[in-house]
Order: sequence, then C-alpha cells, then structure tokens
Amino acid sequence: MSTTAPERARAAAGRLSIVDCDIHPAMRTPAELLDFLPERWRLHVQRYGARVPQPFMGTLPYPRMTPGNGMRMDAWPPGGGPPASDPDFLREQLLDTHGIDFGILQPLPAGSTTMDLDLGAALCSATNEWQLQKWCRPEPRLRASLCVPQEYPEAALAEIERRAGDRAFVQVAIPPRTIEPLGRRRYWPILEAAAAAGLPIGLHSAAYGQHANSGAGWFSYYIEEHFAFAHSLQTVVTSLVMEGAFERFPGLRVVIIEGGFAWAPPLAWRLDQHWARMRDEVPHVKRPPSEYIREHVWFTTQPIEEPENPADLLDTIGWVGADRLMFSTDYPHWDFDDPRFVFKVTLPPEQRRAIFGANARALYRLD
Amino acid sequence: MARHVVAKVGEIAAGTSKQVTVRGREIGVFYVNGEYFALLNRCPHEGAPLCRGRLSNLTESDEPGVFRVSRKGEMLRCPWHGWEFDIRTGQSWCDPEHTYVKRYGVSVEPGSQLAKGPYVAETFAVTVEDEYVVVEM
Amino acid sequence: MSAATLGREASVDLDAIDCDIHPEPPRRADLLPYLDEYWQEAATTRDVDRLDLTSYPINSPLAMRPDWRPQPGDGTSALDRVRRDVLDHFGLRFGILNCLYGAQAMFNEHFGGALCRATNDWIARHWLDPEPRLRASIVVSLQDPVAAAAEIERLAPDRRFVQVLALAMGEKPLGRRYYWPIFEAAVRHGIPLGIHAGSMVRHAPTQSGFPSYLIEDYTGQTQGFAAQVLSLIAEGVFVKFPGLRVVLIESGVTWMPSLMWRMSKDWRGVRTEVPWVKTPPASIMRQHVRMTTAPFDAPPDPADLGRILAHLGSDEMLLFATDYPHWQFDGDAVLPAGLPDAARRKILLENALQTYPRLRETGS
Repeated sequence: MSTTAPERARAAAGRLSIVDCDIHPAMRTPAELLDFLPERWRLHVQRYGARVPQPFMGTLPYPRMTPGNGMRMDAWPPGGGPPASDPDFLREQLLDTHGIDFGILQPLPAGSTTMDLDLGAALCSATNEWQLQKWCRPEPRLRASLCVPQEYPEAALAEIERRAGDRAFVQVAIPPRTIEPLGRRRYWPILEAAAAAGLPIGLHSAAYGQHANSGAGWFSYYIEEHFAFAHSLQTVVTSLVMEGAFERFPGLRVVIIEGGFAWAPPLAWRLDQHWARMRDEVPHVKRPPSEYIREHVWFTTQPIEEPENPADLLDTIGWVGADRLMFSTDYPHWDFDDPRFVFKVTLPPEQRRAIFGANARALYRLD
Repeated sequence: MARHVVAKVGEIAAGTSKQVTVRGREIGVFYVNGEYFALLNRCPHEGAPLCRGRLSNLTESDEPGVFRVSRKGEMLRCPWHGWEFDIRTGQSWCDPEHTYVKRYGVSVEPGSQLAKGPYVAETFAVTVEDEYVVVEM
Repeated sequence: MSAATLGREASVDLDAIDCDIHPEPPRRADLLPYLDEYWQEAATTRDVDRLDLTSYPINSPLAMRPDWRPQPGDGTSALDRVRRDVLDHFGLRFGILNCLYGAQAMFNEHFGGALCRATNDWIARHWLDPEPRLRASIVVSLQDPVAAAAEIERLAPDRRFVQVLALAMGEKPLGRRYYWPIFEAAVRHGIPLGIHAGSMVRHAPTQSGFPSYLIEDYTGQTQGFAAQVLSLIAEGVFVKFPGLRVVLIESGVTWMPSLMWRMSKDWRGVRTEVPWVKTPPASIMRQHVRMTTAPFDAPPDPADLGRILAHLGSDEMLLFATDYPHWQFDGDAVLPAGLPDAARRKILLENALQTYPRLRETGS
C-alpha cells in the first residue's frame, strides 16, 4: 500500500509514526447496522433484539462510570450521536489531532456473543460490511477487524473466506470469553483459517460471556470486573499454548487487545516451571510455553500499565519484548491513552518507534 | 500577573463552566455554589481537557455500603480517567505518590481522610468586579 | 524421630517457619472416631471415604515430589515423613499444616461441616499432639459461614490452630458480606485467613469454561487468588475488619505487582464506586496480604528477581514455605536464586512471626 502524503511528510520531518491498534467505531443509531442485515434478520432484531448472556438489554451488567457505557466525556460529537459514531469528528478528534497514520477498528459486535448463532453470523457479516462502507472506504487510514461468530465455526469460516482477500481487514476478531477456552479443538478450524489467510486473531476484552467472570464467582463491582478482563486473556494464552495450537498452526498469531501486558511475563515464568514437571500431561507441547508466547503473541498497550515507580515499566517492556507491544488508544472509551502522555518514562527511541508504529505495521502488513 | 476579564456575572449558569483562552492558555471558569473557580484545562495525568469533565459531589464512606455525600458539585471529574479534583484547590483526591513513598513496612493509617498528594490541577485566582468575572494570570 | 535417628543428616538449618505443609489427608477410618453416630453411619453407608481435590491428583508430579513419594513397602508414617523430609531436614522452628481435603468443597453444608470438624480434631490429636513443632489451619465449610465461625470459636482456645483455611475458588468471592462472620471470628481470635490454591468447583475456573488439562487448571489458580484480593479490597473487608490479615498460600508471587498497578490505577478513576476504599489498593495489599514462596514463579534470570521484588514494593509480604510434598523446587533450593540476603531472614522467619501472632506465644 502506498504511503499517504501526511505519512511521507511525517517521515521526512522525523516525526513518530503512530498506529492506533484499538478504535471502537459506533453506530449513530442501532438502525444503522440493521440496514446491513437481510430483511429476515432486521425484523428478527427489531422484535427480539440480539440477546447476550447478561441480565439486561441495552446496558452493561457492570455500569461504567461515565455515560454511554463508559465513554470519554469529551468524545460526544457536536453534530449528535454517540461517541465514535461520526466519522468526521473521529477524524478530527483522534486521527488528525494525534497524527495517526493507521487506526484498527474494533466494533465489538453483538454477533460474536449472541446466543442465536444464525443471528450472530448475520450480525458479524453486517458489521464487517458496515466497517467497510462507513469507515474504511471513505477513510484510508482506517482498517477493519473481520468479525466472526466463533461458536459457529462453519459460518466463521465462510465469513473469513468471504472477506480475507480484502486488505482492509487486518485481523480476525474474536472475543476472549468464549464458551470453551480458545485453544480447544472446536475452534481449531477457525485458528487454522486465520493462520492460512495470514490474519492475526485480535482478542479484545469482552463485557460478558457465558461463564462467571471468575472461578470464585461473580464480582459485585466494575473495579473488579475491569481487572478481570486480563484474566480472560490469560486464559486465551494458556489454552492456545497448552492445547498445542501454536504447535499445530505455526502461522497463528494473536493480539491481546485491552488486556494489559504486565501479567504476561509472570504467566510465562509460571507456565514454564510447571510445564517442566508436568509436560507428560501435554506431550504435544514440545517447547517451553514462554517460547510460544514470545513468537506468537502481541499486546496492545492500552490501558497502559502505571507502576508507582514509572521506571519499573522498562523492566516489564523488556520482559514482554518491545517488539511485541503495540500502541492503542481505545478511543472513545474513558480509559483512553493519549500518545503524547501515555508513557511516564522515557523510552529509548528505537522502542518508541517500534511500540508506536513499527510493530503494528509489520504484524498487520499495513504498508 | 495581570487581570483578565473572562465573563460577565450571570453568564455562567450555576454548576457549569466557560472555557476561555487567556495568554495562550486554555482555562475553565466554573460557577459553583455561588463562587467562581478557574482551572487550567489540562489534567496532570494524561493531558485531558479537564474542564470538559463533570462536576460531581464528594463521596466518602467509612463503612461498606454507607455513602456520605458533601461538597455538592465541587469535585471536577476528569473527562477521561475520572480522577477527582477539588475545584477550590485543584488537589487530586487520590494520590499515587503516597504508595511509592510508603513502601517498606510503613503502614497507612486507616479510617481517616483520603490520601492527598502532588497531582494538582493548576488553579487561578478569580474575583468579581462589578459585573465582571476576572482571572488573575 | 529426628533426622539423626533415621540416619540422614539435616542438610540445611534454616531456622525457619514453613507456612505451607500438607498432611496426608484423612481417610474415613481416621475420621470415624471424631464423627457422631449419624455421620459415622452416613459416611459409611454413602461411601464417603476419599475426598481428594480434583486440583491435586494424588499421583501427579504436582502432588508429590518424586523423592518425597513413599516407595511401596515403606511403612514410615505420614507424620514421620513430614518430620524427616521437612521439619528435621530443613531445621524448622514451626510448620503450619494446611489440610487439603474435600470436606471444604461439599455441597451439603451439614456433611461438609461435620467432616471439617472431625478433620480438625484428627489434626489436633494425630499431628499436633505428637509433634510440638507443628501448627495448623482450621478447615471450615464455607457453605455455611455462621457454622464456620462457630468452628473457629470451638477451636480458637487451642493456640496451636493459627489460621482459618479457605480455597481460592469458591461459590462467591470471599469479600462478600455473606462470609463476614468468618472474618469477624478470625479477627476476634487474632488469626489470619489463609486462602489456598484449589477449587470447590462451583464455577468453571476460567471465564471461558473448563480448560482441558491439570496444568492449565493449576497455573490458572492465580486468577482465583487475584479475584479474591480484588473482592476483599473492593467489598471493604479491610475497612470492616482492619485487623484482618490474609495469606495467599501456594499462590505464586510474581503476578502480584500487575494487580497492584492495575487496581490502583483504576481506583483513582472509579473510587466513587467503592468509596470505603480510601487508600490505594496496592498499599492495602502491602498491609493486609501475604503470600507464601512456593511456587514463586521466579524469572529465569536471577538478576531479574530483584526487579520483580522492587515492583512488589514490600519485604514483609513473603512467607517461606516448602509446600511439602508438592513439587515446587528440587533438592534444597527452597528460595529462588537472586534473593537479596537482607530479605532472607524476614522471609524465612520474621514475616511469619508477624503474620501469625500465635507463633510468638511460648508453650502450646
């Protein structure tokens, strides 16, 4: 893909090239997505909605602290609609303000979590088309995530086959709170298809799933639930390693999105030590888990880890690998990270370039 | 320091703010509980436009499930990460540095006030002269 | 019987307190003398005998280090093995017994309660009475917190019971008000709450259901521990019970800084949801939470150990443990390489004396 004039200008000026690996586009009204559904499903959604495994229709089970289910309070477009529903305002407030060269969309579609699998497949397909038409075609800086109904592998494979040739889609999107851990064999066809298509699988923290949000039961508060997003992603990593998915699909790459990353080195150390003693339980795991993680897993930076001593973050970056971190804003959510002020410690220039843009450009083949 | 007229009395509705640029700096002028306050429109955490946040009450508690509300509308919540700033002093209500200082074995006393610390939003003196609201910068 | 009697030299004289030793769990025959008539009959006719936890398959490498596994025909008693392999071998002052036994996980609160009571009595008679270096946790059925509190009351006069034991994954997160009678009793008697790795399997261990393998289940226990720390802090347990200490047992250590950083970060913005949390969660963890050192989950490069300990930000949180007979280290490498000398004494001894005040009492 050719570089844009702003990119060349920036490169010439020696400015930092930024890729935002987590942007949440929104519909101005729910009807906006319905336009992309076949009539049979449009009528269905109007009557029955898209039911997901949580008590409420239309609001999150753990209410966020700001209106709009946890949006930045200054992200409401002046022309109306919820945050990130207005492409012009998104361009102005996010892409242009921060000089973002590429932004990766994460629609978080109900299609991946709705219990009606046929509806889910239709919603994912509609969401993919909506990304293209509303966002990617008019705005060349934006790229899309290929949303699939992961609990309905045939439909997921069909959607990947339908869309993977379109370079606008840079990854397959699956929520981490799946019905079984993601490495289990029911998902292997999807893992295989993504790897064969050269698409990483992006796993973005999910607000609900079919199991309790901890093995110790259901939390009471958002502050607990918010942390536990990291757990759902730890489960993904552990499962993919221990089911031998990385061994079976050497081309498989995954991106941990909005899941944190400080937990990853201790998890790798823990997995290695127990694998060393119990590897006969999992003979298909032929190498230390940390090696698989190092080779196959990437992490977005938001919400940035904030150690009490900012310099401690350099240890964590070193352990995870500066080549495995990719900057993200999570626009327009409340815990947005501003690229100018996100790091409270000075990174070496080559790490800055890698984390803010080069790693994402390479992984997602943006250039 | 000079005195700058930023608004007319009555222009800023109670519980709201007006954003103005003075000497190249964006500030938010708030009218709360009959008084005026001015803060730099920049959160010391990650640079958010602080004055686009919401004025809220101060909520405290000494017992789980028991909520005590005071200082109505005098806590400015940053529009991004929700940090609370006392509109009178600019003082952030939660102190990250406290934890770092009190590391090895020094216990934090329970049961009293919230820890305060060096995250402070910049404030400016505001006076009312005749029918004008004046900021000193 | 001392190590010398058995013909083996003590290899290491740590003069330490081992905060996690697992006695071989009781069988029905061990418990019958401590059950009343109804429960004797129930346990017998309903064939409740072994209640090994799924978390620890008895023959797995995790459950028993190979050189600690008794050979066929070896008649050494379970107590003598603990004496030989741990108390004598490591030159310990005290060892705290955490009995991992399924009575804690029974759905029938009456059955679970009866078996827990019998287990505690059996521990007192068969472990604590003959071996003055041993101490123990009180096992309780979390199905009925009021009955659990009563069990704490019953045993508290025996100063050799130094802790209350819960499993890391139960029915509700432990911070919930439902469990507060247990904390109230523990605090009244000055003993900490110990949370040990393992599950009552009321919920899938992960947010995506049940993983296939033991290794996933075991390594995933850190999620349960983090969930409990989140809950205890968010629900205000340490506000309601400022004297409560919580020991995470067999929890792993190095995951803790990531929880400290993130929970404190979020708290600064969401404080008003839980306004009784008045100080940064990381400082609450440092004050109220302790972790045993086996497994440690140390970085492979010993030079990094000092860094992760700096992230933890406290030299008072760590309590030495062997986790005998679970396989967490080889030979006598009880602590990870790279541990600063200044920290060793605290970890081996002083932190345990601070955390378990009953250990400071003379006589038993």
